[in-house]
Amino acid sequence: MSKSGLSWIIEVLTETRTATEAALAAVFREEAAKLTGAMVRIIGNFDVAEEVVQDSLLAALEKWPDQGIPDKPGAWLMTTARRRAIDLLRRDQRYAEKVALLERSAVTPDPPEADDRLRLIFTCCHPALAQEAQVALTLRAVAGFTTQEIAAAFLVSEPTMAQRIVRAKRKIVEANIPYRMPQGPELVPRVDAVLAVLYLMFNEGYLSRGPGAAMRRDLAEDALWLASLLTRLLPEQAEVLGLLALMKLHLARSRARFDAAGEMVLLPDQDRNLWDGAEIADGVRLLHGAAALNAPGPYQLQGAIAAVHSEAPSWDKTDWAQIVVLYDTLLRLTDTPVIRLNRAVALSRLASPEVALGEVNDLAISLGGYYLFHATRAELLDELGEGGLAREARLTALELCQNPAERALLERKLR
Amino acid sequence: MKYVLLFAGNMSAEDRARDPELAAQYERTSKWFAEHMQSGKIVGGEELKGPETATTVRFHGGKPMLIDGPFIEAKEIIGGFALVDVADLDEALEMAKSWPGGNVEVRPVVDH
Repeated sequence: MSKSGLSWIIEVLTETRTATEAALAAVFREEAAKLTGAMVRIIGNFDVAEEVVQDSLLAALEKWPDQGIPDKPGAWLMTTARRRAIDLLRRDQRYAEKVALLERSAVTPDPPEADDRLRLIFTCCHPALAQEAQVALTLRAVAGFTTQEIAAAFLVSEPTMAQRIVRAKRKIVEANIPYRMPQGPELVPRVDAVLAVLYLMFNEGYLSRGPGAAMRRDLAEDALWLASLLTRLLPEQAEVLGLLALMKLHLARSRARFDAAGEMVLLPDQDRNLWDGAEIADGVRLLHGAAALNAPGPYQLQGAIAAVHSEAPSWDKTDWAQIVVLYDTLLRLTDTPVIRLNRAVALSRLASPEVALGEVNDLAISLGGYYLFHATRAELLDELGEGGLAREARLTALELCQNPAERALLERKLR
Repeated sequence: MKYVLLFAGNMSAEDRARDPELAAQYERTSKWFAEHMQSGKIVGGEELKGPETATTVRFHGGKPMLIDGPFIEAKEIIGGFALVDVADLDEALEMAKSWPGGNVEVRPVVDH
């Protein structure tokens, strides 16, 4: 067989595999939350419900790649989960009533699915759970990730992640965290908690902290999917729209973010023709919708900053005055050192690198362990002709940075 | 005059099943409780579930924030306790947030 023939087969094989994996991911994403939601409602025990759903997803992972995805994957998963739950609960006399419910559940009509999913998301993101547990539970129960996948995404061992999930599920059951949608004045702070989880998930996928892949499309895309689900379920929440817009505007630049060698390409150097214009337009449209609700917030402001960048024809022709105003407004709502660092970059264009460097140096105590603090200093020092100091800062950044694409960029600049 | 006695340390049912010495110790605490209940000295008291089930409400600049876990700082003295019977954790947390006296740890009670 000729080499080209072989490479063609490999290509076809790997493509098929990727296609199956992508299809599986899409099914899990679509079905997991509905399934867990329905199971929690029928069984009334989050722990058991989540466990049987996870078991049926694992069964699908074993069977579907060989046998193909069934016509009605949701029904297949539901049947598998019900059988597993009946097996599990039969052993326990206390659950006789639940078993009867489960046996009947096959013929009951479809549940109010939107409510089920919302209740599930709010339960997983309950502020009485540690945020890392909220993220893990949301990925598992709502997006259908396996424990192994979540462990890989957050750079911890599988037993550690399994332990974290078990502990969180136990707390839901033992402390009686309610399975319901918050109402009245509680809603907005609880929505904030959900958005924080989705934002964290997105950031980890968009620019991984770890030494593995530079970008995990799945995590970022699943966060985007969850955010868009939330906008459909809570269309009147401006910050939900703002976060979805922010995610879309960032993902729209994906193709320009890494070069052929896998090196990170920073915004000033990106080929803007590679940006996805339709996605950008969609993001901007979402921001307009959010603004119409007249409830500004941090995600809308960050989305607006991303939109100004997205609509600029080049780095030099960016509306820096607008961006600095948006950062100032953002700082009034959430004053964090990282936002100050980002504002300083815009300020270096609007005012001067000296002014920006002064502001950045003020952040040394809070951001000394953050590689982007040192990388930003290096860029500013370069512009000021301080090559030696820039090199020092870049070396510190390299020491603190694990992402391979960003490391490649730093290493090249050091040469 | 009334006192609240807060006992340090938690012992799960699994711990007791594993270790007969712990089981015996637990037995002694149950007996101690029963005796003092009978004499009328104890008017209310509960065994709490483990610290991993606790949620703490902390006030930062007057704003209540939830933290997953029990009080951390050892200097924090528990000044009293109220036994509440409510629907779920959210309702208990609502009460804790309206407490005018400082930080509150919310712990579910073991259902015997």
